[in-house]
Amino acid sequence: MFKMTHNILRNLVVRKSTRRYPFEVREAFDKVRGELVNDIVRCIFCGSCEVRCPSQCIQVDRKAAVWNYDPFACVFCGVCVDICPAKSLSQKTQYLRSVDKRILISMQGELKKKSREKDKEAEKDKPAPVEPEGPAATG
Amino acid sequence: MRKTVIPFGPQHPVLPEPIHLKLTLVDERVVEAIPNLGYVHRGLERLADVRDFHQMIQVVERVCGICSMIHAHCYCMGIEELMAVEVPPRAQFLRVIWSEVHRIQSHLLWLGLFADSFGFESLFMQFWRIREKIMDISESTTGNRVIVSVNVIGGVRRDLSAEQTRWLLTELDWVEEQIQRLQTTMMEDYTVKKRTVGKGVLTAQQAYELGAVGPVARGSGLSQDTRQTSYAAYGELYFEPVVETEGDCYARSKVRFREALASVDLIRRALDKLPAGEVRAKVKSLKPPKGETVMRVEQPRGELLYYFKGSGEKNLDRLRIRTPTFANIPPLLAMLPGVYLSDVPVVTLSIDPCISCTER
Repeated sequence: MFKMTHNILRNLVVRKSTRRYPFEVREAFDKVRGELVNDIVRCIFCGSCEVRCPSQCIQVDRKAAVWNYDPFACVFCGVCVDICPAKSLSQKTQYLRSVDKRILISMQGELKKKSREKDKEAEKDKPAPVEPEGPAATG
Repeated sequence: MRKTVIPFGPQHPVLPEPIHLKLTLVDERVVEAIPNLGYVHRGLERLADVRDFHQMIQVVERVCGICSMIHAHCYCMGIEELMAVEVPPRAQFLRVIWSEVHRIQSHLLWLGLFADSFGFESLFMQFWRIREKIMDISESTTGNRVIVSVNVIGGVRRDLSAEQTRWLLTELDWVEEQIQRLQTTMMEDYTVKKRTVGKGVLTAQQAYELGAVGPVARGSGLSQDTRQTSYAAYGELYFEPVVETEGDCYARSKVRFREALASVDLIRRALDKLPAGEVRAKVKSLKPPKGETVMRVEQPRGELLYYFKGSGEKNLDRLRIRTPTFANIPPLLAMLPGVYLSDVPVVTLSIDPCISCTER
């Protein structure tokens, strides 16, 4: 115990190791993996995040353009953020606040049309070319 | 003399994890201890059937929170061997750095809990204060405090910038200084010695025969550390195991104390030699793992063994994990007979039991 006295006396003069938490919050580090957010405007509903998520907390409805996310099943590994092809997923540096009710996040987006589909639609809009009536005209 | 049977655990004020021992006592001394495993079985190995081999990284990290990095490291090394992936040298060094960060935090956590087990609460607080700095290092470099999730098949997901490296070195100086400041208390204090010296002695012969691993084996004089096999980048870091010969609780705590300091040195050497280049090899075009392999790494508690069997599909056929605490339970049962009931918490904690690992 007497060997500890030196440390105890020293602790009286050095800075405190703890913070008065709710009043004094430490700044988060830059690369911390916190809350997951989806920029739904950029989301292409490819479903890669759903496939790769280890805790299966993301469900993507590709036809209806809905992105569902259960933040309490999420393990904040950041795999979805790494593989997102449209870079619509990102993580904040703050952790999720504790709440008294379970939240399910459901985001409705707009389905982006692929370029091929766009071309097809453009073709449809064009007036159909008039084909010369062959045998009927002659016959 | 009449025998008394006392259940020790799974819920006990001194235990961080639910180990369950049935102690047979004669008077105040233990004559026999019977372990009872399976209290926190979660069936994580079975998840290999459901999750694909990429997702399993996050699952194996959750086998043990304290050494999540090392579990994922071992798993990735095994899958990389099956898929014949060449990991970039920078990634190998970064894996070593984060593994050692985890080793320091695990040893500091244990030293604190050990001090708490013999009633030295203020020493416990001191160790955990240092550990908080290690958690900060973990959080700022990997993104998370405990479950770091930096390993991927083929390398790591995060890189260290030059600025972070400099910051890391200054923080490590602080950590080393603080650990050394507690050396006289932990190693020379009369009360600490009174509770640990000569308690739960395991001879080198017993340790060898019962298959002790990690600090339990090294505390009994067996110079045996899986890092000697030079996996990852350990071959280039001139690693030497820390060995003590007494075989009692004091020797085991000394091994862990010295190992924490040795790990600080290892990180410094690794940062010094950190090669430039890529941190992640491309594995997208490769076929899923096929074949069988066994991988061993050194966890803070001892040797960790993974067995893999894959058939070229995205789910592994079999994943088997043997954790160090499982190997250290027979030595614990050899240590317990003869000790007083009041020393049972100290002796039990001296093997650093991690029951969530053991029962998976």
